[in-house]
Amino acid sequence: MSKKPLQFTLNGANKAVFVEDGQNLLDVLRREVGDFAPKYGCGQGTCGSCTVLIDGKPHLSCLTLAERSEGASIETASGLADGPDLHPLQDAFMEHFAAQCGYCTSGMLMAAKALLDHTPTPTREEVVEAIAGNVCRCTGYEPIINAILDAAARGRRFSA
Amino acid sequence: MTKHRGRGVASINYPIGMNLGGDPSQALVHSNPDGKFTVALSSIDLGQGMKSVTRQIAAETLGVPVEDVYVDTADSDIGPHCMGSFASRGTHRVGNAVIAAAKEARGVLLDAAAEELEVNAQDLETDGKGNIHVRGAPQRSITVRDVSIAAQFRQGRTISGRGIFLIPLSDVNPETGEMSPVSCYAHACLVVDVEVDDETGVVDVLQMNSAYELGRALNPKLVEQQLVGGAWMGMSHALYETTEPYYPDRAHAPNDFNDYVMPGPGDIAEHNIAVLERPAPDGPFGGKGPGEMCANPVLPAVANAVFNAVGVRVDDLPISPEKVLRGIKDQGGARPMPTPGQAGA
Repeated sequence: MSKKPLQFTLNGANKAVFVEDGQNLLDVLRREVGDFAPKYGCGQGTCGSCTVLIDGKPHLSCLTLAERSEGASIETASGLADGPDLHPLQDAFMEHFAAQCGYCTSGMLMAAKALLDHTPTPTREEVVEAIAGNVCRCTGYEPIINAILDAAARGRRFSA
Repeated sequence: MTKHRGRGVASINYPIGMNLGGDPSQALVHSNPDGKFTVALSSIDLGQGMKSVTRQIAAETLGVPVEDVYVDTADSDIGPHCMGSFASRGTHRVGNAVIAAAKEARGVLLDAAAEELEVNAQDLETDGKGNIHVRGAPQRSITVRDVSIAAQFRQGRTISGRGIFLIPLSDVNPETGEMSPVSCYAHACLVVDVEVDDETGVVDVLQMNSAYELGRALNPKLVEQQLVGGAWMGMSHALYETTEPYYPDRAHAPNDFNDYVMPGPGDIAEHNIAVLERPAPDGPFGGKGPGEMCANPVLPAVANAVFNAVGVRVDDLPISPEKVLRGIKDQGGARPMPTPGQAGA
């Protein structure tokens, strides 16, 4: 199989890689770029642990053809913190104990960021809807919902 | 079509650990030359918080700040032997092993400090902030870091400790089957309110109220977190999850998250928790730990609540809409339990 060049920005930084035909974005991010924040969960778009933002919208990177990301702006949980300063959502997740094993967390954070970027003061129902595609087996969701609502209630600005 | 409310209760005595060869766990603790300590364990933290709790236990026993302790788990190649993370044994078994190891390491730490300060080790105490000083004379002081450096580079001493926790294996009485499988029990009571739709058979959990007695809550927020998450999983087992086929055979069993039904963030119920702390005599700082008990009582409580709501006794899991509907049909309609006033068990 031939490889194709692909350029995009990852958390604001330019990336240029060669990708296989049919290679999915999650695979490219983890293997070619070395960003291990998006997780491989089910590999079929039903668990949400691979959630990344493409041009501001949440996408399942395991189902996204990498070559369709040409020129796109991709955000992952790796880009949330600014040096030692955590993103408000990360702070809220910590304070509300919204992670246990942590496998869903990076996907949850990106689903939440997609929501708050567009809906800074969401209702509880909107939060539930936003993370409805992300599976968590540990927390029972309540701490995650509370963390997202708290992050929103603090009125902080949400920009990566 | 009517929605029937019902309430179910379940109480449990829950064994901590198991009667398997004495159920041993080992821990190894050693200092690094920067005065920080590493705890090596072979149990794994699955997200229940064992790393946090064993870190607290080690720091408390050593007498050093919790920030100065690192817990390394789950390396069964080079770690000390442990039976594993199961049977709700982590806090109790591993915690006790960590105490034993940390005590031995603390003894060496104080011996090394005594040599540096030219005093008797019995006269030394730690302040929990990284200093060791002579009791009653805080100016005769040395940092844990300096002691570690001295032990490493001058005294030729390893500040380390080994710990194992083992309960006596209980033989089974061949006549009665009687044995003492564990050394302590945790307890819980949980009340569940449900609503059962007699047209669809769908059971909605409206509210959970629970009380847990699990020894001392060594990390209260982690305990609460585990109880909240575990109750969700209990609800999920009670009403949703199964790997068995529906129709007509195993080929129709769920293979992925599309088919494997779980409650999502929109299906959760309010859960009010009371944690009762009664320190266990043989627990690490009195702790037993919540463990699997966080999920277990939800299942019988939900089953009882369904029975209370529509009179249908489902005795295999999950309590699917189909089973509820078949039960209602078999008995000729929903039969809410006659209870005075509000629905009560």
